[in-house]
Amino acid sequence: MKALIEKPEKFDVYRRQVVKEMESIGFGSLGIVAIISMFIGAVITIQTSYNLLSPFVPLYAVAVVARDSIIIEFSPTIICLVLAGKVGSSIASELGTMRVTEQIDALEIMGINASGYLVLPKIIAAVIILPFIVVLSMVLGILGGLIGGVASGVISAVEFAHGLQVRFVPFNVTFALTKTVFFAYIITSVPAFHGFYAKGSALEVGKASTRAVVYSSVALLVADYVLTQIFLA
Amino acid sequence: MIEIKNVNKNFGETSILRDVSFVCEEGKTNLIIGGSGSGKTVLMKCIVGLFEIDNGGIYYHGRSFSELNFTERKEIRKEIGMVFQGGALFDSMTVEENLAFPLTMFTDMNKNDKRDRVNFCLSRVNLENVNKKFPSELSGGMKKRVAIARAIVMNPKYLFCDEPNSGLDPQTSIVIDNLIMEITQEYGITTLINTHDMNSVLEHGDKIFFIYKGQLWWEGDKETVLTASNKELRDLVFASKILREFRK
Ligand SMILES: Nc1ncnc2c1ncn2[C@@H]1O[C@H](COP(=O)(O)OP(=O)(O)OP(=O)(O)O)[C@@H](O)[C@H]1O
Ligand SMILES: [Mg+2]
Repeated sequence: MKALIEKPEKFDVYRRQVVKEMESIGFGSLGIVAIISMFIGAVITIQTSYNLLSPFVPLYAVAVVARDSIIIEFSPTIICLVLAGKVGSSIASELGTMRVTEQIDALEIMGINASGYLVLPKIIAAVIILPFIVVLSMVLGILGGLIGGVASGVISAVEFAHGLQVRFVPFNVTFALTKTVFFAYIITSVPAFHGFYAKGSALEVGKASTRAVVYSSVALLVADYVLTQIFLA
Repeated sequence: MIEIKNVNKNFGETSILRDVSFVCEEGKTNLIIGGSGSGKTVLMKCIVGLFEIDNGGIYYHGRSFSELNFTERKEIRKEIGMVFQGGALFDSMTVEENLAFPLTMFTDMNKNDKRDRVNFCLSRVNLENVNKKFPSELSGGMKKRVAIARAIVMNPKYLFCDEPNSGLDPQTSIVIDNLIMEITQEYGITTLINTHDMNSVLEHGDKIFFIYKGQLWWEGDKETVLTASNKELRDLVFASKILREFRK
C-alpha cells in the first residue's frame, strides 16, 4: 500500500501527452497548412510581378521578394493565425468542457496538478512542432509561387530558381522561427487559460472558445509587431 | 475521521455556509441531507479543498487540511476518492483507462497488476464487458458505477459521494447504496454522502447531518431522524406522501 502512494513523478505519462498533442496540433494541421501555403505562395508571386512590372527591375526580383515575404511574414504569422483559430478553439473547448463537467476537479482530487497535466504538454508540443510546420509552409509557399508564376506565365522556372538564390539572408529564417516559438506559446496558452477557467455551462464553453481565438489572434499580432520592431527595425 | 470545525464560506457578498461543525466517523456512512440549494455540494467541495474556506478548519485524522499547500495536500488527496454529482469521468479515455489512470500516475504497478485491479473494482460495482467503452457510450447508472469504481481504485481512506443515486431508478439506486455501504464497512473507510434520497437516509444513515440554509440545523442518525421534532427537518423528511402515511 505504501508503494502505491509513493513515486509522484511520472515523466513517461507527460512525455506521452506531449507526443499525443504534437500529433493533434501538428499532423492535424498539415492539410490546411499545405493548401493555404501553396495558394498564397502563388498569389504572392503573381501579385509581386504585377507590382514590380518595369523594364528596370530584373524578372528574378519577383522570386526574391516573394521568397522574403513568404519566409518573414506569411509563413510564421498567417499560418500561426490560422492555427490560432483551429488549435485555439479546440484547446479552449476541450479544457472548458473538462472544467464544467468537473473532470478538472476530478484530476485535482486525485492529487494531480491539473494545469501541469493538461496545459503544459500542449504548450511544449506546439513550441516543438510549429517551427517544423512553418518550415514546411515556407517550402510549400515557395513551391506554390513557382507553380503559380510559371502557370500564369509571369516568370520562368529558371528565373524563379535563380531569384531564390539572390541575396538570401539566413537570419530571416532564424527570425521567422523565433517568432514562431513565441506564437506557439501564445496560441496554446491563451486558449488554455480561457478554457481552464471557464465557468458555468456548455454555452459558456462556446463563448470562452470564441474569446480565446479573438484574444490569442490579437496577442499574436501585437507580438508580431513588437518582435519585428526589435529584430528588423 | 474527518473533523469540520466552524467552517464559513462566502461567494462574494453571499454567505453560503455559516459556522458548520461536525465530525465524520471512520467505517461509517455519514450523510449530509438538506434541500436543494442548501449548500451540500459547496460544503463537500470545501471539505475536499476544491473551494477554499473563509474561516474555520478541516482536519483529516488531526491533519489540518485547510492550512496545507498544494504539494502537502497531495498526500491527503491520494487517500481521497470522490464521486461527483455528474460522474466526471474523463471522456477522452475508455472505462478501463479511467480506472487505470490514478494507478499509472501514483503507483509502480505493471500492466497485469493494473488490469487485475481495474477488473476487480469493476466487478465490485457489478460491471462487466464495459472495459473498452467510452463514457459517452454508457447509461447514467453505469457512469455512476464507473465513477464509484474509479473512486475506490486507489483504496481510499476517505470516500465522498455527491448524490450518488440522483437520476437513477429505485432498484439501481439501492444497488449503489448497498455497494457504498459495503465498501465503507469492509475497508473501514470514512464515507461522506450528499443525498436527498430518503430511502438511503433511512437505510444507511449511521450519522446524519441536516444542513438548512448553510447551517448545521440538526444532527442524528437513521433511528432518530423519523422522530426528531425539528420542524425544517420534518418538512424535508416527510415531504413524500408514503412517509407521511407511515408516520400516522
Ligand atoms: N461557484 C459558485 N459561485 C457562487 N455561488 C455558488 C457557487 N456554487 C454554488 N453556489 C451557491 O451556493 C448555494 C448552495 O449550492 P449547492 O450547490 O451547495 O446546493 P446543494 O445543496 O448541493 O443543492 P442540490 O441538492 O440541488 O445539489 C446556492 O445558492 C448556489 O447558488
Ligand atoms: Mg449538490
